[in-house]
Amino acid sequence: MSETMTAERDLFAKFDDIIQIRENLLASGVEDPFSLVMEKVLSPTRAICNGRDTILLGTYNYMGMTFDPDVIAAGKDALDRFGSGTTGSRVLNGTYQGHREVEDALREFYAMDHAMVFSTGYQSNLGIISTIAGKGDYIVLDIDSHASIWDGCAMGKAEVVPFKHNDIEAMEKRLKRIPEGAGILVVLEGVYSMLGDVAPLKEMIAVAKKYGAMVLVDEAHSMGFIGEHGRGVAEDQGVLDQVDFVIGTFSKSVGTVGGFCVSNHPKFEIMRLVCRPYVFTASLPPSVVATAATSIRKLMHAGNKRAHLWENSRRLHAGLTDLGFSLGTSEPQSAIVAVIMPDLEKGAAMWEALLHEGLYVNLARPPATPANMTLLRCSLCAEHSSEEVETILGMFERAGKAVGII
Amino acid sequence: MDRAEVDSRIRTIIEPFNKKSVAIADNTSFAGDLEFDSLTVMDFVAAIEDEFDIIISMNQQAEIETYGQLVDAVTGMQGE
Repeated sequence: MSETMTAERDLFAKFDDIIQIRENLLASGVEDPFSLVMEKVLSPTRAICNGRDTILLGTYNYMGMTFDPDVIAAGKDALDRFGSGTTGSRVLNGTYQGHREVEDALREFYAMDHAMVFSTGYQSNLGIISTIAGKGDYIVLDIDSHASIWDGCAMGKAEVVPFKHNDIEAMEKRLKRIPEGAGILVVLEGVYSMLGDVAPLKEMIAVAKKYGAMVLVDEAHSMGFIGEHGRGVAEDQGVLDQVDFVIGTFSKSVGTVGGFCVSNHPKFEIMRLVCRPYVFTASLPPSVVATAATSIRKLMHAGNKRAHLWENSRRLHAGLTDLGFSLGTSEPQSAIVAVIMPDLEKGAAMWEALLHEGLYVNLARPPATPANMTLLRCSLCAEHSSEEVETILGMFERAGKAVGII
Repeated sequence: MDRAEVDSRIRTIIEPFNKKSVAIADNTSFAGDLEFDSLTVMDFVAAIEDEFDIIISMNQQAEIETYGQLVDAVTGMQGE
């Protein structure tokens, strides 16, 4: 040890830029968009937020299952019968009857051979991608992929090759150049959550298969809603049978928390022993898997709710377009309608004006957004009434005029 | 293709991305000197990949910080 002490180098210095951006934003007097508290939740579509009665238009509660009486009853019953938590890994003491039952429900929902439930959706992508694509393999993925996909790539040892968003030709060029004999995993999403746009899975999967790739599709934002049985965009485009791995989550349409992978791969069950984000974490609480299983089974027969959610999405998209807002897609493609803001300051002002009107939407900004855009992301729920959607449009009109965006 | 030819081809490709007309030498860095953000990197890498019919994976990109390192890497891939 030397006599003189070296001054401590602050490891937090690397965050100074983002601290500055945040301070500048709050200095403008705007209500903090990233520390909203819901003091009371009244229904899937209404809550008391920062003291105000608010319509929720920024949750992923697409099918409104969070307050479904059957779902709640199943959760309470599991709490009583199995306790509050498992305190263990799925491969040791953390697999209860309920974990088996939710995996059975998923197999039936997707009509697939295998289902594996993770503790979060994030861990599902992290675990499956990092485990199946190893050293010498290639992962070809869309540049706008979710953080959990990127982190799965970073955690594995495969070569990572991104291509321009939804660009079939760019994807094929990269596949064509991969050395003969290398293993390839193509990673796509059904719905991209920032703009709410859908991938041309039919064309992309055909190209992927031409080059001998395995295909993983993240259907987090489409499950329960898109496709005849709510299986997602791959079902809707008639190519689900060519998808090797579907990744999904319980934290959106299913209405609780957790994630999964379903597959027909004959060796899939080995994942339970080799996938570290599955093994080295505690399993979901019994009440959570019970609510998930009940919700998934109800979503199999939710055709009317799906139809109403489409009506809501079409009406909101058309209404906002008529008001003069600039949207992420030229036609409604999912339950997400993204409103493009001129910049972060205007976006934050608009977000606050909407909150004061009694409407909660998501403020999304770089780096989560593509092309450095600031977005107000609206996600609709099957429980929003048609009248509520009209009320929402009125709020957007007043707030947009007050802030000077329309 | 030798290093000089790879250099001259990449010099042509980089022009539209070099918005501030920075003088380019082997030690010119993409992040610091050219101020490439992640979107520019993606488009620039795609243009290089198409020109030379190669793949520069994200793993390889992480090792390339300067113009000279890029020319070396692409020259190396040509020999393979």
